[in-house]
Amino acid sequence: MTDPHAGLAAWVWLVLALPLAGFLVNGALVFVRPRANGLVTLVGVGTVAAAFGVAVAVATAVGPAHEPLVFRYWDWITAGALRVDFALQVDHLSAVMLLVVTGVGALIHVFSVGYMGADPGYARYFAYLNLFVFFMLVLVLGASFPVMFVGWEGVGLCSYLLIGFWFNERINADAGKKAFIVNRIGDTGFLVAMFLLFRTTGSLDFGDVLARAPATFTAGAPLITAITLLLFLGCTGKSAQIPLFTWLPDAMQGPTPVSALIHAATMVTAGVYLVARCSVLFALAPVASAVVAGVGALTALFAATIALKQWDIKRVLAYSTISQLGYMFVGVGTGAYAAGIFHLVTHAFFKALLFLGSGSVIHAMHHALHATHRHGDAQDMRTMGGLRRCMPWTAGLMWIATLAIAGVPPLSGFFSKDEILTAAFARGTSEPLWYLWWGLGLAAAALTAFYMTRLMLYTFHGPNRTGEGADAHLHEAPWVMTGPLLALGVLAVAGGALNVPPLLGGGAWLHHWLEPVTAAAAAHLPGVHVSRGTEWALVVLAVALAGAGILAAQRLLRPTELLPARAAAPETGFGRVLWRKWYVDELYDALIVRPVQWISSRVLWRLVDARLVDGLLVNGTAAASRALGWLGSRLQTGQLGMYVAVFVIGVLALLSALAR
Amino acid sequence: MLLGPALAVSALLFTIGVVGVLFRRNAIVVFMCVELMLNAANLTFVALAQRLGVAGHVFVFFVMAVAAAEAAVGLAIILAIFRHRETVDLGNINLLKG
Repeated sequence: MTDPHAGLAAWVWLVLALPLAGFLVNGALVFVRPRANGLVTLVGVGTVAAAFGVAVAVATAVGPAHEPLVFRYWDWITAGALRVDFALQVDHLSAVMLLVVTGVGALIHVFSVGYMGADPGYARYFAYLNLFVFFMLVLVLGASFPVMFVGWEGVGLCSYLLIGFWFNERINADAGKKAFIVNRIGDTGFLVAMFLLFRTTGSLDFGDVLARAPATFTAGAPLITAITLLLFLGCTGKSAQIPLFTWLPDAMQGPTPVSALIHAATMVTAGVYLVARCSVLFALAPVASAVVAGVGALTALFAATIALKQWDIKRVLAYSTISQLGYMFVGVGTGAYAAGIFHLVTHAFFKALLFLGSGSVIHAMHHALHATHRHGDAQDMRTMGGLRRCMPWTAGLMWIATLAIAGVPPLSGFFSKDEILTAAFARGTSEPLWYLWWGLGLAAAALTAFYMTRLMLYTFHGPNRTGEGADAHLHEAPWVMTGPLLALGVLAVAGGALNVPPLLGGGAWLHHWLEPVTAAAAAHLPGVHVSRGTEWALVVLAVALAGAGILAAQRLLRPTELLPARAAAPETGFGRVLWRKWYVDELYDALIVRPVQWISSRVLWRLVDARLVDGLLVNGTAAASRALGWLGSRLQTGQLGMYVAVFVIGVLALLSALAR
Repeated sequence: MLLGPALAVSALLFTIGVVGVLFRRNAIVVFMCVELMLNAANLTFVALAQRLGVAGHVFVFFVMAVAAAEAAVGLAIILAIFRHRETVDLGNINLLKG
């Protein structure tokens, strides 16, 4: 059922088909010709780049449309009243996601060519990466909750596969499992929310559910609050928010481009996308919205504090990602859906740049450590230092991304972060609770500036701590790696232009672009406005805090006095608490993992399975039949007289019964 | 006419047959006891025929015919058992023991 007015958007199936074909071809090459790197590159990068081209065409076709364009392909599930088609939906929101996923995805694919070039699992890597892009596109293009859920689970699978890509080391395999299991907890919420939505609205298509929601649910009623909170539970898993954030730092065990694509730019933003997609539902549930914004604000601050004391360059960025995702949830929880999506887009640019930059650094460190026969940690900032002299491009571009994430104008992060904070403050004028969320976000902004400057200072400035003779081996990555960095650098600088607020003389283009999607929700939200003066004050405050964070890091930190990891004194006091990540992993281990393991091994295995099921039921049934058989066999004596006696007794008993 | 004594004799014969089948161990004797039970039944048929009509007489001929056939088959089986095991003591023939 193709809409004749869809035009180029009708090609949307091709966006999905290309990465899927890439996966199939590369997956076949894994078995047939695993060393054919040229062919793998052509297929892996080519399909995603082509998908980006088609995505641009689709997005241009969406622009003038007012209604979502839905393309139904085939009946997928039909059971009773439930009817789910495999259908794709292209609207303004999914168009934005489409461009981010394929655009940033294509750049990261190019980077991977350099980063993974020497890896024996090259073909497998690109097969997984293409499969991820496919599932991510299913996620953002699905026209119903179940189709989206397929993508949702699919990206989780690819995340698992890629975190444990180097599965020979146990720690990597464990990290993959952790990510998968923690995500399952959130998915339970998503599933239950789907069941409730089907029960109440009678449909699972986004169009139907969102259209029927205002008539079905009383605003603020417990039912809609429960549904949205369960949906948000799914988001906390996928988007690494409190309480399910612990998997994301461990996910850094995967290859760095994977961290950039899956665990920074695209997959982890799926939760933000889900909230924006269900904006009408969340607008009808003020309590749930407050929880979304609150959890986001708390996570933003909490993760930022942990990032202050991490030494692994990728872990800093991982906590930074968690923190920035928190901002996005503040945005979408506040009802500023466009602001949340805007931050999603800009974050995809600068965080992908930061991760790829760190990948470039790790690449160089790895070579240097290898060439000088050292066994240092290639990701520990204490063994880095002074790298700007060796890799000026990476250093410069990462500084741009750092300033962008810190919120320094006129870089992209400034506009998006500022818009979220302003929206939270404005909501505070009617609901004071939001002042608290705004305050937390502001504090997190200052910390963001601090820890990012710390990362840059320790990595690129001061003396080099890699060791004797390493200088000669530290050099800039090849162009296939710095090229994507450069492109992302341009986007990180200019991305803010997408949505310059009217306050600064812009047209808020992205805001208007997303209006067809967010308008329905906006009708249910209180209209809040703050004066121009207040807005200016907020902007100045945010920029001042970012500047303060950068300056404080510059003043307080002494890269010249930093000792290599092997010589460093252990952290003490509060710093130790932050370094150990607030002991959250230990807490979960003691409260959940160990009790579950204890119950599993002692009760479920030793008692229920071994004793009850195996012992009583399985072996018990066998023993009982054997005993009955033994009893029966005792009757068969083989003595004819015995049989006749029984027969006669039987006949006599029968006769006496009949005669009565 | 003599119904009571005839039935009493047939009951006695039948009981002797049953007891013989139950307690004797020689297959030939057991076989003879079975014949005794059949003839007890025949005597009952004949005795009651004078009251209940000619069907009783007819039945006796049937029973005699079947008994003749049974005797032929049964004796042949016993003979075969004897050839095989050199005994017709039922206490030793217990292949059906479970």
